[in-house]
Amino acid sequence: MQNPTLLDGQKFQITIQRLCRQLIENHDDFSNSVLIGIQPRGIYLAKRVAEELRKILPGKTILQGDLDITFYRDDFRRREQLMPNQTKIDFIIEGKKVIMMDDVLWTGRTIRAAMDAMLAFGRPEKIELLTLVDRRYSRHIPVSADYVGIEVDSIASQKVVVSWKETDGEDKVVLLSDAK
Amino acid sequence: MAGLSTRHLLGIKDLNRADIELIFETADTFKSVLNRPIKKVPSLRDVTIANIFFENSTRTRLSFELAEKRLSADVVNFAASSSSVSKGETLIDTVNNILAMKVDMVVMRHPYAGAGIFLSKHVNAQIVNAGDGAHEHPTQALLDAFSIRERYGNVEGKKVAIVGDILHSRVALSNILCLKQLGAEVMVCGPTTLIPKYIGALGVKVEHDLLKALNWCDVANMLRIQLERQDIKYFPSLREYSMLYGLNKQILDSLDKEITIMHPGPINRGVEITSDVADSKQSIILDQVENGVAVRMAVLYLLAGQTQ
Repeated sequence: MQNPTLLDGQKFQITIQRLCRQLIENHDDFSNSVLIGIQPRGIYLAKRVAEELRKILPGKTILQGDLDITFYRDDFRRREQLMPNQTKIDFIIEGKKVIMMDDVLWTGRTIRAAMDAMLAFGRPEKIELLTLVDRRYSRHIPVSADYVGIEVDSIASQKVVVSWKETDGEDKVVLLSDAK
Repeated sequence: MAGLSTRHLLGIKDLNRADIELIFETADTFKSVLNRPIKKVPSLRDVTIANIFFENSTRTRLSFELAEKRLSADVVNFAASSSSVSKGETLIDTVNNILAMKVDMVVMRHPYAGAGIFLSKHVNAQIVNAGDGAHEHPTQALLDAFSIRERYGNVEGKKVAIVGDILHSRVALSNILCLKQLGAEVMVCGPTTLIPKYIGALGVKVEHDLLKALNWCDVANMLRIQLERQDIKYFPSLREYSMLYGLNKQILDSLDKEITIMHPGPINRGVEITSDVADSKQSIILDQVENGVAVRMAVLYLLAGQTQ
């Protein structure tokens, strides 16, 4: 079966830039806001957005961190061994507006875990969610994103894979039909 | 991703190098968790762990209990001295009664070698050995090696001297096995009577002169004289032992390099190590204790994460 490409090339870049503009609309110069990418795949999105924001807002400090959620997931002991990744947050999130980022929003369980994990670092003023791909109508818990790159209708057996120039050689979103 | 190759942690003997490295990588992340404002993660919230101690312990019991609590496990503590064991109950009966109360994992210390292995064959729970007689003390060896790795970046190729009562020490055996797995060179040093006859078979060097051992090594792990396990006299007096094998500032300063000092505790100050050495900058004794919690969290997390 074909695996259609949902986003790539210039459209991919335009989508990232639009998300950045939307962020600036709400967060002004980012003096009280921070970006947090969710491990493992959300960190590339956060890094890319931070990089774009720095280009658009030269001279402004854009804080960006990586958050590992392994220990907060709700499927521990229910599937194969979960291995932790690195958490790297070199700033204080207490009282800050936090923009969490993940590449694909699907069941919403990752986001629940991420909110739990984040609270271990303090009490942010506000948490928002940015996702590159929103797999609509597939939520297991009531979570929605504040900023969405593209919306995709998919079924559970499919998989959405985002590749990044930095690590995979190409910016691309692909819908895999026979994921396993 | 693959987990540990074993369902219980009974000794370092059961672990391969990949297991040990997996434990270290997991411990790294737990160490960063322990430095957060909120030091607790919810991973083991549906796991109940019994700490069963048939022998006295301060550090190991506290360290396990803290590790369990930081992982949100439910914890019950049991000390043999205040239990029905003194009324004649057997080990299997005691443990099965505890397990009947729906306990998933057992952390056990016992004065007899092999107690954990015996238990693992007869009860239906995951067993973590917290020291069995003069046999093994795997989590201590893991945290020792983890501390060496933290200090030097790597354990491979490091020279480690284990000094003192090797004959009665479970820390020594587990340390030798763990360090050899990771590619370190190991030497044991002590009076002839306290070195097991066939220890060379483990691939370690044997030295009876403390100064020579210290000149050779990068890390010296000083062990306590286990008087409670010594049924006969192995040396004339503690004072004589201390004169020949005690580490003091004078000896340390006479070396032409700076070595790292470790001690698994409890320290008998003035016997195997003097206070000024134990409290010196070269000593990582308290780092070992700190790392102990992270390493034990990693072990419990990795064992508990295995799907039944």
